[in-house]
Amino acid sequence: MKTTNDTAAHGGDVRLTGITKKYGSFTAVHPLDLTVPQGSFFALLGASGCGKTTTLRMIAGLEEPTAGTVHLGDQDVTALPPYKRPVNTVFQSYALFPHLDIFENVAFGLRRRGIKSVKKQVEEMLELVQLGEQARKKPHQLSGGQQQRVAVARALINHPKVLLLDEPLGALDLKLRRQMQLELKRIQTEVGITFVHVTHDQEEAMTMADTVAVMNAGRVEQLGSPADLYENPRTTFVANFLGTSNFIEAEVDSTSGSEIVLKAGGGKLMLPEARNSAPARTGGKVLLGVRPEKISLTHADDAGDIPEGRNRITGRIADSSFIGVSTQYVIDSPVCPEFEVYVQNIDRDPRLTPGAEVVLHWNPEHTFGLDAAQDIDAGVETVEEEVA
Amino acid sequence: MAAVTEAPPLAPTPAPQKKPPRKRGRWMPYLLLLPGLLWLVVFFALPVIYQASTSVQTGSLEEGYQVTWHFATYWEALSEYWPQFLRSVLYAASATVLCLLLGYPLAYLIAFRAGRWRNLIMILVIAPFFTSFLIRTLAWKTILADGGPVVGALDALHVLDVTSWLGWTAGDRVLATPMAVVCGLTYNFLPFMILPLYTSLERIDPRLHEAANDLYAKPSTTFRKVTFPLSMPGVVSGTLLTFIPATGDYVNADLLGSTETRMVGNVIQSQFLRILDYPTAAALSFILMAAILIMVTLYIRKSGTEDLV
Repeated sequence: MKTTNDTAAHGGDVRLTGITKKYGSFTAVHPLDLTVPQGSFFALLGASGCGKTTTLRMIAGLEEPTAGTVHLGDQDVTALPPYKRPVNTVFQSYALFPHLDIFENVAFGLRRRGIKSVKKQVEEMLELVQLGEQARKKPHQLSGGQQQRVAVARALINHPKVLLLDEPLGALDLKLRRQMQLELKRIQTEVGITFVHVTHDQEEAMTMADTVAVMNAGRVEQLGSPADLYENPRTTFVANFLGTSNFIEAEVDSTSGSEIVLKAGGGKLMLPEARNSAPARTGGKVLLGVRPEKISLTHADDAGDIPEGRNRITGRIADSSFIGVSTQYVIDSPVCPEFEVYVQNIDRDPRLTPGAEVVLHWNPEHTFGLDAAQDIDAGVETVEEEVA
Repeated sequence: MAAVTEAPPLAPTPAPQKKPPRKRGRWMPYLLLLPGLLWLVVFFALPVIYQASTSVQTGSLEEGYQVTWHFATYWEALSEYWPQFLRSVLYAASATVLCLLLGYPLAYLIAFRAGRWRNLIMILVIAPFFTSFLIRTLAWKTILADGGPVVGALDALHVLDVTSWLGWTAGDRVLATPMAVVCGLTYNFLPFMILPLYTSLERIDPRLHEAANDLYAKPSTTFRKVTFPLSMPGVVSGTLLTFIPATGDYVNADLLGSTETRMVGNVIQSQFLRILDYPTAAALSFILMAAILIMVTLYIRKSGTEDLV
């Protein structure tokens, strides 16, 4: 009885075990173990060339792994060709069949499986993606957003155990992308199928996915819920790839209970033991990180008003840009040359202009510690390359 | 330009504001068309008119020909030479089918599987063009020579028994039979099939194959439902480029065939150059042109290529 329940509960799990892909001497995906629970919206996030698409294609069967296995539920599908796997893909740039109309594109999978009466199902599916009117048009007559929805409908109609999405929103403009993110999330909730979504857009991954795996150079750097990844990055790559982080290289002064006391530029900073992922030996180096929006900015004249117990550093405003909901400051500080601070637009202090001396302070709880042996700018460059 | 656009207020006749007088821009397309148009008039339209007038002339070489609107020439030509017409269409159609059967796999290979060999294979396809058409056809005379290795092998494999029974070859001979002519036609026109096929296959996004695969289509189904329909423009232009010139060809029938395999091209050639019966030759040419035009139109209608991208 228990086994039956287990099968039902885990029937849509995707389990990758030691999966590896090598092209000659280049390793695109290092041995990777990954379980995507049934019904979840899972995102593989990373810059181009990090191995995320290769991983997805190995699940689809379009790429043969060099080593390792792919399980769907209890079934080992590693040796199955793509047309025998209960998995469907929404391709980057959609790959709709240009010679077939929308109806036939959506019906393609059903017809291949020998289902005769497809009309009702196709019409229902086109309703779900709000394209009922377009059934007899050819793909090139539709807009990008509509084509995207056809691609989703064409895959979903087969009720796959897993739906794979390869950068499905990459070709859409920003506004449409936002709209489609919500749309896809709605569809996923409605049909309850496991979605594995590949993207290089961290915002997209965080908005849509329950679980995000951040990939870098063929490895999963960190895996967790969007909030967990954002708040507790374990590497500088994750800290920089998901949003912006400020780093201070600090020396461990002492460890007292649940707090680590760090020394940086003559001042002392506190770091909760629980939020430190680096080895903290006294005298050792730690990278102290803090997100720009966690920091408060006070003019140096009012430094006395800052409550006790907060981490504080001093600096001078180098640059500020007002963007409505917040003002983004770049602070020149002895401990960090370009400290970024986002101040929410509640009460604006008119003295906070470039050149002003300020004190930056934040709740020590919002500090995280990373191994100082890594590149502070990991992940930053990659993001810029992607934009370029 | 700007000055012209601002002119209307001063002009005596108020020009409508919506249409700025952009004379040069309006005439430019026609100007660009002119060289091609001239070429067409001088080398196509005028000869066709001349030919048309020749076809309705009567007379003899000694007394000269006059236009007498003698349309009976058409009927006479058709009733006398219909077997050659039929043979032309039959041979050309067989050669076209053979070209398609031989050319499609090769074009597919070059487009999808050749990898770094692609250019080399393409060069090999085009390489025969570096030799004269005539020499290449003559080479087939040697290849299919009586008692030669090819004929010997076909004989030993009893292939010739079958083809002789079908009337394609005669006894232990291949040369001077319909099969030899069709072989020559197929060989000579094969590149005209392969190149358009390759072009249209190469344009197919390989991701469409993956998408079909992903949607439960086996490789054979993928070919039937995706690759082949998408290569239809290539199939249509390839068959036309093979069929049309093959129908009018006379070199292959002349060099590889016999009097029993004469095609309409051979008839026209001998009427023009040997018998010097210009009206009959012109009428035959017109009938051939009309027949090809009708067949091609029907074919294009049926294959529905205008619907494809």
